[in-house]
Amino acid sequence: MSMLEVKNINVYYGSIHAIKDISFSVEQGEVVALIGANGAGKSTILKTISGLLRTKTGSISFQNQSITTTIPHKIVAQGLAHVPEGRRIFAQMSVEENLEMGAYTRSNSEIAPGLERVYERFPRLKERRRQTAGTLSGDEQQMLAMGRALMSRPTLLMLDEPSMGLAPILVEEIFDIIRELHKDGTTILLVEQNAQMALSVADRGYVLETGKIVLSGGGIQLLQDDAVRKAYLGG
Amino acid sequence: MGAAIREKGDSGTHRVSICVSPCIHLYYKYRKGRIYLMLIVSQLINGLQLGSIYALVALGYSMVYGIIMLLNFAHGDIIMVGGYVAMLTIAAGVNPIFAVVLAIAACMILAVVIEKVAYTPLRSSPRISLLITAIGVSFLLENLAQNIFGANAQPFPNNKIIKTSSLNIGGVQIGVTAIVTIVVSVISMVLLTFLVQKTKRGKAMRAVSEDMGAAQLMGINVNNTITFTFAVGSLLAGIGSILYCCTYPQVSPTMGSMLGLKAFVAAVLGGIGSIPGAMIGGFAIGLAEVLVRAVGLSDWTDGVVFAILIVVLLLRPTGLLGRPMTEKV
Ligand SMILES: Nc1ncnc2c1ncn2[C@@H]1O[C@H](COP(=O)(O)OP(=O)(O)OP(=O)(O)O)[C@@H](O)[C@H]1O
Ligand SMILES: [Mg+2]
Repeated sequence: MSMLEVKNINVYYGSIHAIKDISFSVEQGEVVALIGANGAGKSTILKTISGLLRTKTGSISFQNQSITTTIPHKIVAQGLAHVPEGRRIFAQMSVEENLEMGAYTRSNSEIAPGLERVYERFPRLKERRRQTAGTLSGDEQQMLAMGRALMSRPTLLMLDEPSMGLAPILVEEIFDIIRELHKDGTTILLVEQNAQMALSVADRGYVLETGKIVLSGGGIQLLQDDAVRKAYLGG
Repeated sequence: MGAAIREKGDSGTHRVSICVSPCIHLYYKYRKGRIYLMLIVSQLINGLQLGSIYALVALGYSMVYGIIMLLNFAHGDIIMVGGYVAMLTIAAGVNPIFAVVLAIAACMILAVVIEKVAYTPLRSSPRISLLITAIGVSFLLENLAQNIFGANAQPFPNNKIIKTSSLNIGGVQIGVTAIVTIVVSVISMVLLTFLVQKTKRGKAMRAVSEDMGAAQLMGINVNNTITFTFAVGSLLAGIGSILYCCTYPQVSPTMGSMLGLKAFVAAVLGGIGSIPGAMIGGFAIGLAEVLVRAVGLSDWTDGVVFAILIVVLLLRPTGLLGRPMTEKV
């Protein structure tokens, strides 16, 4: 069985049918990219997986357990971490408090080693640990959001547009981190509008258009696909 | 002493009076100054006493607003319930300390029940429905109390809880009730600050009030955290209730509404949603009230408090320490 198995889910906002009968899966150790234009439904899928939204029909299972109707905080406790779009760090709390919140489902004794691991990966966060998170720069906030999610020692990490709003050089930096995480064996479900970057790190990818999956394949394969190049990579 | 010197003769009297009269003058000035000073100190203590009660109650408004953006108008009436529980249990012969604990526990249980029954089902409704529900709960509690206990105020056995005597500290008479009120309030606020700043629960409260969705993604049980916030807010209100009843020893069905409104003004003045703001706002309103009374305008105290509310809302709606509220998704 796959680590994450999404089967024929339909998600609505009131009468708006946002996700139409989508199925996909993520295997242990993979980086899987979901790409698509504005409003395609990428964030909706991640929110549904983490329990913030509910499916009307269809099922989601994680590590062979159904999480279709599980409440969000229990899903996190099962090892699924979601870095939401726009980072959503706790701006008025300190950097370190944000990281502690990431470890909320873990026992207190795991906080110190967790902080150490995250600070090792993100030395800039360590320098700013006492600083109010809202005063961090955009890329530092993204690192904090990712570090915060890693504090829960997730089995599956979902990233919603980690490159959003960052200068190209900082986008490179964030994707380097994703590559590192991948190399260390973290399983990642990556949502991006930046198809070029996303597909270049992904093992596999799915292309989403107005709530439907229209194409899927290996990362490199999709990068070279004519339709994908035309629609998402500027020719 | 002056008389003894004066016996020495006319010339002496003259000389002495030149030397002594400014001394006496200074002495009287000093005494007058001291009286003023003592007056100021005792008024200041009155202000702090009243202010610390407002602060305790204001904290509940602010914390609940911070976490679910609800102006919980039933909060003041919780205080009234605490007052009646303490009065009735003491009248029934319960040990006063135990009665106080019972009253505070009743406040907490009532607040949590109200949250679960009346507010939780409306979590995703428009905020105005929540507000109207809160006002409805407030009316319900007041009218229930009126039906059960009658509309008249009843005496509160304050002397069974805190001694009514006063202490002479540096020439200033300070009531034991005032000292206990201020000390208990300050200790409660220090403990609350520790809870909110340092403990896992407290940090979760701050996380939920900043961003409920993100807090869920951290694995925080949002419902529990909200309930916990109501419990802590009403714990403080319960303590405030006992202290208030000991200061103004009577209970009535509407006692909570004016106290609640003033504490609400304190919370707005401090910046609704801000915990240190509620404390500062509470003390500021208490001191302002006592000041207005001290200059002889007792009839104007309530008016001044609400004038403060209007001025704050016009000039600085976010209050002293509040941040502009951003809409959360
Ligand atoms: N809260 C909401 N209420 C109603 N409709 C919504 C809501 N959130 C999203 N939608 C609609 O659902 C569809 C999918 O939105 P979603 O946010 O999942 O897209 P996305 O692929 O993440 O886009 P973006 O790249 O801009 O983040 C869009 O048509 C959007 O307008
Ligand atoms: Mg999105």
